[in-house]
Amino acid sequence: MRDRLSRALPLLCVLAILIAVWFAGSVAMNWDQAQDLADEDATWSDIAQATLALDRPLLPTPDQVASEMIRSMFGYPPTSPRSLVFHAGVTAWAAIVGFGIALLAGMALAIGIVHVRTLDRALMPWLIASQAVPVLAIAPMVVVVLGNVGLTGVLPKALIAGWLSFFPVTTGLVKGLRSSDPMQRDLMRTYSATEAQVFAKLRWPAAMSFLFPSMKVAAPLALVGAIVAELPTGAQAGLGARLLTGSYYGQTPQIWAALFMAAFLAMLAVALVDLTQALAAYTRGGRL
Amino acid sequence: MSVWPNARAVPPEAPIPVFVDAPIRESVIQARGLGLTFATDGHRTVALTDVDLSIRKGEFVSLIGPSGCGKTTLLRLIADLQQASTGTLLVNGTTPAEARRQRAYGYVFQAPALYPWRSLERNVMLPLEVMGLPLAERKRRAARVLDLVGLADFRKRFPWQLSGGMQQRASIARALSFEPNLLLMDEPFGALDEITRDGLTLHLHQLWRRTGLTAVFVTHSVLEAVFLSTRIVVMSSRPGRVVAVIDSDLPAERDLDVRETSRFLAVAHAVRAALREGHGDA
Repeated sequence: MRDRLSRALPLLCVLAILIAVWFAGSVAMNWDQAQDLADEDATWSDIAQATLALDRPLLPTPDQVASEMIRSMFGYPPTSPRSLVFHAGVTAWAAIVGFGIALLAGMALAIGIVHVRTLDRALMPWLIASQAVPVLAIAPMVVVVLGNVGLTGVLPKALIAGWLSFFPVTTGLVKGLRSSDPMQRDLMRTYSATEAQVFAKLRWPAAMSFLFPSMKVAAPLALVGAIVAELPTGAQAGLGARLLTGSYYGQTPQIWAALFMAAFLAMLAVALVDLTQALAAYTRGGRL
Repeated sequence: MSVWPNARAVPPEAPIPVFVDAPIRESVIQARGLGLTFATDGHRTVALTDVDLSIRKGEFVSLIGPSGCGKTTLLRLIADLQQASTGTLLVNGTTPAEARRQRAYGYVFQAPALYPWRSLERNVMLPLEVMGLPLAERKRRAARVLDLVGLADFRKRFPWQLSGGMQQRASIARALSFEPNLLLMDEPFGALDEITRDGLTLHLHQLWRRTGLTAVFVTHSVLEAVFLSTRIVVMSSRPGRVVAVIDSDLPAERDLDVRETSRFLAVAHAVRAALREGHGDA
């Protein structure tokens, strides 16, 4: 118990400081607006109090964001377009499909690169170049273009999410598939194992300890890709759309609520990867 | 009923060295004028030259020599992990490549090379999986060879939970699991402390006597070579070649104390003399 407390204490201290700084920031940033709205005879402390309770504050206070989150999460049924849960679900689905695409593409590319020497030299420069394309900047355009060729729904968003997140999977797996030592490979050769057997029984299991860290990097990237893909005009659902409408109508608490929801989803995604890793480790005697 | 033509199913407790009184001693390994030269950065390195060697069924032959004398290379040629550039080499009367395809030999490396994500049992079952044996048969054989090396109680453990000596014993079990008639070992005890080494050397000797395997054993250690072998092939470096082949005729029934006997010391002396001679030539 003491031990837990002593570990939680630093974390809680940081949290307290962050919230305090946030409140101070709210007062400072909302001051002008509060002053404009205040009566002539309002005192400094009146204005200061007003900064914490504005309808459309420049920087909403933590409690405003919290109540917005609670209202939008629990105030409506999760299927309602006014529910934050609904929007989070839309984004999460696009991120999941995108992450699936990233895993499949990343694995296919890595397997090709490891097994075909030509691919190693022909593909890698293009993959690196693909990551230099500012997808975040052109994502809205990509979605519009894909929509014009008939790709609508979750797929355009998932493609952007996949584009952003496949690279860590590929590089991690390439490294992992090559990580077995020569002796372990010679051993397979003494058994006259086929290439497929070497892959299934040596390369792939050896690559696992590289795959999971890659997935931990890729999962939040997929989420970012999904959100950015929801930003173009026309997107009516998802955390990205929520950010956009929030900024159109000056609904800053809504923006912040969506941001916190995105952060929460990312933590959830990484926790799920951790869980999968723990399950995989269990089958290998607890080490991975 | 054995799947492999060359495998003999010997129950673990059978005390028979099948080969000893066999009328015909067929050759398991036959090398004629064997050599390996490779070029690196325009330099030609002669790793092995003009090796003539015949190893009969049931023999325990040690290859001993200084580092770089090509003893490991010779073992790798037999295993078809490398290919000779000159000469001929027959393993089980066929090419090394064909012998490898027939899974004629089990290979024990310098390090245990166990797969850390597999339990001991599953490590031992690895070659059997590659060969496509059904699970029940895999389990049966794994249990048998793990028992043979005294690791039956540790089958569910993972490699990192075991000492170095136990890991190497597991790797020997793995090499024996598919009942090859030839066991190739590349300094298997090189990384272990002396007490563990002694234990394993004795263990390996008993294992060889019980199974009647043909064994080729690469080592740095004169004591190990003399204790284990029926014949000792002394090699020298630059270029790697055979300088002497010394017979050892210690009593079949032996323990570590045999190393104090005059017969043992005489053979060891002969091996050391040959090693010195080879070194002087270089």
